[in-house]
Amino acid sequence: MDATTLIASLEEAVPSAACEPAPSADLHTTVFVPSEHLAAIAEALRDRADLRFALLADVTAVDFHPREPRFELVYHLVSIEHRHRARVKVRLQGDAAHVPTLVGVWPAANWLEREVWDMFGIAFDGHPDPRRLLMPEDWDGFPLRKDYPVQIRKTPTASEPLQLTEAEFRANVERDRLTRR
Amino acid sequence: MADLRTETITVNMGPQHPSTHGVLRLVLELDGETVRSASPTIGYLHTGIEKTAEQKKWQQVIPLVERMDYLSAQSNSMAFCLSVEKLLALEVPERVQNIRLLIAELQRINSHLVWLGTHGMEVGAVSVMLYCFRERELLLNINEMLAGFRMFPSYMRVGGLREDLPRGFHAAVLAFLDRFVEKLDEYEDLLTKNEIYIERTRGVGRISAERALACGLVGPIGRAAGVNYDVRKAFPYLGYETYEFDVPTRTDGDVYSRYLVRVAEMRESTKICRQALKRIAPTGDYAVRDPRITPPPKDRVYTEMESLIQHFLIYSQGFTVPAGEAYVPVEGPRGEQGFYIVADGTNRPWRVKSRAPSLLACQALEQMIVGGLIADVIAVIGSIDVVMGDVDR
Amino acid sequence: MGLEADIPVLTTTVEKMVQWARRSSIWPVTFGLACCAIEMMAMSCSRYDIARFGAEVFRGSPRQSDLMIVAGRLSRKMAPALRRIYDQMPEPKWVISMGACASIGGVFDNYALVQGVDQIVPVDVYVPGCPPRPESLIYGIVQLQRKISQQKLA
Repeated sequence: MDATTLIASLEEAVPSAACEPAPSADLHTTVFVPSEHLAAIAEALRDRADLRFALLADVTAVDFHPREPRFELVYHLVSIEHRHRARVKVRLQGDAAHVPTLVGVWPAANWLEREVWDMFGIAFDGHPDPRRLLMPEDWDGFPLRKDYPVQIRKTPTASEPLQLTEAEFRANVERDRLTRR
Repeated sequence: MADLRTETITVNMGPQHPSTHGVLRLVLELDGETVRSASPTIGYLHTGIEKTAEQKKWQQVIPLVERMDYLSAQSNSMAFCLSVEKLLALEVPERVQNIRLLIAELQRINSHLVWLGTHGMEVGAVSVMLYCFRERELLLNINEMLAGFRMFPSYMRVGGLREDLPRGFHAAVLAFLDRFVEKLDEYEDLLTKNEIYIERTRGVGRISAERALACGLVGPIGRAAGVNYDVRKAFPYLGYETYEFDVPTRTDGDVYSRYLVRVAEMRESTKICRQALKRIAPTGDYAVRDPRITPPPKDRVYTEMESLIQHFLIYSQGFTVPAGEAYVPVEGPRGEQGFYIVADGTNRPWRVKSRAPSLLACQALEQMIVGGLIADVIAVIGSIDVVMGDVDR
Repeated sequence: MGLEADIPVLTTTVEKMVQWARRSSIWPVTFGLACCAIEMMAMSCSRYDIARFGAEVFRGSPRQSDLMIVAGRLSRKMAPALRRIYDQMPEPKWVISMGACASIGGVFDNYALVQGVDQIVPVDVYVPGCPPRPESLIYGIVQLQRKISQQKLA
């Protein structure tokens, strides 16, 4: 399947989306899609009979700092029935990096999008669990961005703070003691 | 009995646990023995390999990516080499492709042996672990013959292999293959019709084919559920279309079917290895003859000036890869894996992203254990064969 | 230390007995993190059997073990867990840092890893390698046994 066939099929499904083809060195059909219509395009990719990209292989991002648009969000899709592979890319500006979530279309996207948020800071609107995945929850910064240093000199924390206050802890102990006869 | 207070217990199956196959944290909410909810936390082995890889030259990334999924190390390095060679538009010689295929299949057997050993030990069949690791030692001997290193030989390089096959390689692999099939029969004798094993694993951790596909689970887990997808058949690479082998699939989607699928895969791998071994000549081409990429042999480096200069340039500044992106999928022991590489025309990668099948397996873990017993959690974690190095990278 | 001729009596010091007991039955806690854990498992299997050196079982609980072999790369997120497991082990306890990543950060000098577990726990023996061969790790354990045989009681 080449890029023009894919774009023709997508334009039939979502007429207002302006998709562009892109050159590809491997067997992935590569297209650029706009971020506004991403959810509709994703459903079309999964459901249309000539496309049927039911397997989401990967969601990732590339940071092209200092070029603008800074981020390219990349989705790798596989159609097992037709034996096609596609690469769908979305260009995002650095200061407005957010897209709608695709968890409703492919549940596999849940943790993959969390990882992209964790590493790049690209927000996914409507994600059910927008927490960091790989770094500790209170980490500062997005490590895979190009302006984040590779090495940092930081003393490691050897203990985690207790999540209960002392008063709560004592109240729990007391309540437990009273209910045991 | 009127005010019987019932509550669920929250148990932390912490990052340090003998059965979590590495550093996975599961916070389980239990009602007696039944699991009501589970929330996995990962990231305890995050190593920043992808960021480090952006600072290294292309050939230096190979040891880094080998350590991602440390049980299928040479599968990882092969996937990386395939993606870079796609960008470079290199045609590696056929002998190199056959050797790579052989090593990839041996790596699959290696990884499945570790899986079988640890899974058997956790379910209770402790002797299976000792037997599987004994066979694995033979495979590690073969790795050591290739490049001197047991687990991470770094034998695959961009452009081919590091050096030619050693003397005695064919004999060693043939001896292993002959011995292995009988041993595999012995292991199947221990487990396949064992009533205790069947009780512990049949019907446990079930996932349906549609759910598996929606969650991105392809590989032995997907094939055990009925998703008929194997990258070696769907998008062949390294000449897999010329080999005769089957892809075992089942439909139940529980722990027992995953066990059967992986044991059958080990048998298919030995078939492929025998076919590959016949096609490999003991000596010959081991890399593409491109002076920018393959260093010259050492005796020429010591005697000729051009070879010395070529050697120096390759090892000091490396080769450049034209700008572009590539992702070549391969069938690793855990499913589809591959490296999405973005190059910018210099001698270092711009972005290296590994498609981690274990990450998606960990994500689907919650669906497989909720509603089951806590003892089943161990069996399910063993059956999805997660490698935390692959999950966290 | 002396062995009497016909009488079945052995004379020695309490210190030597305790040292002998401690070094001949070191039970490690399972703390395999990454690739080094696989080599540690291979070491405990039949080819490089570690049970003949006294490490009969790997205890799952730190409260029942003497030795923590930190096998693998320690990320910043895991560091508090490591310290907690170390604190839960009863005295006397020892730590072997197995592999390059545990000793000094290994090949990965970046934001995510602690560059050496000795920033978190005190280490007795460092075993280099990536991953170290099982024989190297056994050598490390034997060195630890020599160290224990010199540790004073009081």
